[in-house]
Amino acid sequence: MLAYILRRLLYAIPILIGVNLITFALFFIVNTPDDMARMQLGVKRVTPEAIQKWKAERGYDKPLFWNGAAEGAGPVTQTIFFEKSARMFAGDFGRAEDGRDISREIVARMGPSLAIALPTFLLGLFVTVSFALLLAFFRATALDFWGVVLCVAMMSISGLFYIIGGQFLFAKIFRLVPISGYGGGLDAARFLILPVLIGVIAGIGSSTRWYRTIFLEEMGKDYVRTARAKGLTETAVMFGHVLRNALIPILTGVVVVIPLLFMGSLLTESFFGIPGLGSYTIDAINAQDFAVVRAMVFIGSVLYIVGLILTDISYTLVDPRIRFDR
Amino acid sequence: MADDKIPLLSVRNLAMGFASGRRVLPAVSGISFAVAEGETYALLGESGCGKSATALALMRLLPAAGRVLGGEVRLGERELLGLPEAEMRGVRGGGMAMIFQEPATSLNPVMTVGRQIGEVLAQHAGLQGEAARARAGKLLTAVGISDPARRLDEYPFQLSGGMKQRVMIAMALAGNPALLVADEPTTALDVTIQAQILDLLQDLQAERDMGMLLITHDLGVVARMAHRVGVMYAGELVEEAPCATFFASPCHPYTQALFAALPDLSAPGARLATIPGQVPSLAAMPAGCRFAPRCPHVMTRCREVSPEWRELAPGHRVRCFWEEAAVQRVSAVAEPAVRPALAVAQAPLVQVADLQVHFPIRRGILQRTVGHVRAVDGVSLALSPGRTLALVGESGCGKTTVGKALLQLIKPTGGSVLLEGHEIAGLSRAEMRPLRRRLQMIFQDPFASLNPRMRVGEIIAEGMQALATAERGALAEAVTAMLAQVGLDAEAVGRYPHEFSGGQRQRIAIARALAVQPEILICDEPTSALDVSVQAQILNLLAELQSSLGLAYLFITHNFAVVEHLAHEVAVMYLGRIVEHGTVEEVLRDPQHPYTRALLSAVPSPKPAAAGGGSIIRLPGETPSPANPPAGCHFHPRCIHAMPICREAYPDETRLSPTRVVRCHLLSSADLTAEV
Repeated sequence: MLAYILRRLLYAIPILIGVNLITFALFFIVNTPDDMARMQLGVKRVTPEAIQKWKAERGYDKPLFWNGAAEGAGPVTQTIFFEKSARMFAGDFGRAEDGRDISREIVARMGPSLAIALPTFLLGLFVTVSFALLLAFFRATALDFWGVVLCVAMMSISGLFYIIGGQFLFAKIFRLVPISGYGGGLDAARFLILPVLIGVIAGIGSSTRWYRTIFLEEMGKDYVRTARAKGLTETAVMFGHVLRNALIPILTGVVVVIPLLFMGSLLTESFFGIPGLGSYTIDAINAQDFAVVRAMVFIGSVLYIVGLILTDISYTLVDPRIRFDR
Repeated sequence: MADDKIPLLSVRNLAMGFASGRRVLPAVSGISFAVAEGETYALLGESGCGKSATALALMRLLPAAGRVLGGEVRLGERELLGLPEAEMRGVRGGGMAMIFQEPATSLNPVMTVGRQIGEVLAQHAGLQGEAARARAGKLLTAVGISDPARRLDEYPFQLSGGMKQRVMIAMALAGNPALLVADEPTTALDVTIQAQILDLLQDLQAERDMGMLLITHDLGVVARMAHRVGVMYAGELVEEAPCATFFASPCHPYTQALFAALPDLSAPGARLATIPGQVPSLAAMPAGCRFAPRCPHVMTRCREVSPEWRELAPGHRVRCFWEEAAVQRVSAVAEPAVRPALAVAQAPLVQVADLQVHFPIRRGILQRTVGHVRAVDGVSLALSPGRTLALVGESGCGKTTVGKALLQLIKPTGGSVLLEGHEIAGLSRAEMRPLRRRLQMIFQDPFASLNPRMRVGEIIAEGMQALATAERGALAEAVTAMLAQVGLDAEAVGRYPHEFSGGQRQRIAIARALAVQPEILICDEPTSALDVSVQAQILNLLAELQSSLGLAYLFITHNFAVVEHLAHEVAVMYLGRIVEHGTVEEVLRDPQHPYTRALLSAVPSPKPAAAGGGSIIRLPGETPSPANPPAGCHFHPRCIHAMPICREAYPDETRLSPTRVVRCHLLSSADLTAEV
């Protein structure tokens, strides 16, 4: 088991290096420092001198991979790749356009992001799994039929509608919660209720339908018939037998996103004015702050890889066939 | 069985069907039977006759579309069909328990054996914790599982197939049922394991005086196990008789046809009797007797009125108008032999020498190869035109791998495969391609081996186009000719595989293989997924094709009756090696290797007289893993004749006759003493 985790971690190293190289290629070869400078400076003020000055201030004036002019370890270290890309491995993301340290900013914004994403995720999982279980329990009845109709309707509606509709209804008409904003400490709960609720509702349709399919497939299997032949109640069959087996495919889709919760949600955070990582990314994209976007892309990739490893490990926890095989 | 007592289980006029849209298609129409305490009642029938649906209806475990349409089921005094669900749960697993066909899928894969048995104990015996565990351990011992303490904490995937079925039986016994419903309990198991499980069921039944409803398609299993037999056809019970009477004088034309379709040891090579046509579909049942359209003795009124029960002897009833049935005993259909006589030894088409296929086992951080599964470990054989070599063995012995390696579908690890003297082992894909025309294969499962999205015409034409054996313009004609050759209508061209029955699909698969005019056909269990009457059709077809086209067959199978019927030579495989090889007459009449003997004796014979049990050699244990075969002779841990030398060295070949080779120390040491 330990050897297995170790092996997966070792596999992650070349993948991370690859991710880093691709991110670098996207940001510095496709979109050269000159292009970045031009965009940052705006059309009017672009002169060769201004570009050079902009690049020098931010360390973009060095060669990409190999600095022949430097001495010692310099040819490798005094390059854009090393300073901007390779350093990301050490958690050093450099500075944003406004001069603030990106790493510090990320740590500060992680809290609000998680405060929305984590409750949304847990509550959403609970609601959709329960709803799906309910529909599967009453399969082929009117409840099941209309439940599926509701799911299809809910997944056909855009996420934006839920956000705007929710804000209009709960904040503007009923005045139950503030429309947007964020506060520290316990005060934050007031601002979080609506985004969490909307996040959960927006996810119900597609997840429920998917989980329901998994449950129904599992319920058609021979071992479920065996369980019923033992004289177990339908509830015991559902919770004792079906749920555990259905969890295996559900885990695939669910565990992989857990690390990504740290990244926050682009849409929800910017609509509700939550100072999390999602809104940070959106703002950086709007401001064409490449240092921040690059950092977020890299972190996203790393977290995704972590998610994949966690998925594999969680498999071994729920499925003895895999646990004993490794 | 005393007649005046209330039977343990009595079923009266049970009817059930499956909802299809707004209609309910009847699957079981008014069947009645009874099972007494300590009695085994066998419900015999081919697939789709409604026997499993009957069992599920008794347990009230029908799938969502299933509907009970009427009738009465009594367990003792209690009527079950009207029972509230909560009370029915007490009956399920308590009053009557059920075991299923497929032990591999019938156990929950993520729950330990102990917990799965514990659930029944908690539900029906009120046992929890340590008491439950102790009882579960006893149950495992009772079903012949050694080291129960360890097994209780294991998961189903850690058990072999036979052991899983034992666990299923232990689970069924946990509620102390009065009636055991066994739905094809050994169909998915190897013959030696089947013998063990049948023994176990018989012993347990005698011990506990349980009633048993045995659902099966296998006349051999019926002969071995049953006290009384009911034959089902198209949702109706058509004949019922005590076991001995049933085998001595089957009366319904359908029953007689079933017996005639069995490949028989007494007339090897004879053309098997087949039943024309197919079982009627649920949607279009004939008005009168349901067997009338296929019956050789059909009369006018058979088509109009469904016959009532007629009592022929005490306990022997039949639903048939045909009166001479009892008089006219089935005579083996004396048609000329279709198995081509032993051709004069021709030069072999294919010669396989010392074929090896090893699969690496990888472990650890760097996935280094730590060992090999020796699926095939030094197999030599030869295939000649017009002759059939049967490769026989139980699951996991490597017989299918031999077939695939011969075709180069799996690259052999070592050894040579000569096709008319040219080495084909190790040829590249491109080099192999033109040779594919000469070697073709048909597979076990005709439901899975045909592409469901291609029309039959396309399936057959695909090979012809790829290997350019037919000219473009003549393609359509060639396809039609091919279909005619395997006995299908030309209109099949535009239809999809799912529109055909299992037997017809296997015909399509054979047509596909023959389309490129091969010289060698590898048949991998081509009839094991089919019913007996359909199997007879396919075996006849294969025999006809062999005599008209002079094909060489490698027939991979686990069924000795089929071997006897079709093959000229037999090779018996155990754990990757051939242990005995000779002509059919030599090997089947006078088996020399202890494994061959055990295999042959374990096959349940469809004659109750032979099922005395004394003649059956029971093999202990199950086939070991080919990753770690026992040292010396692979068979020694299960062999009753094992000697010290068997643990040390794998026996060399002993040639008993020009055609006969056995690998066993018993024979080689006998040779030594003879020489001395």
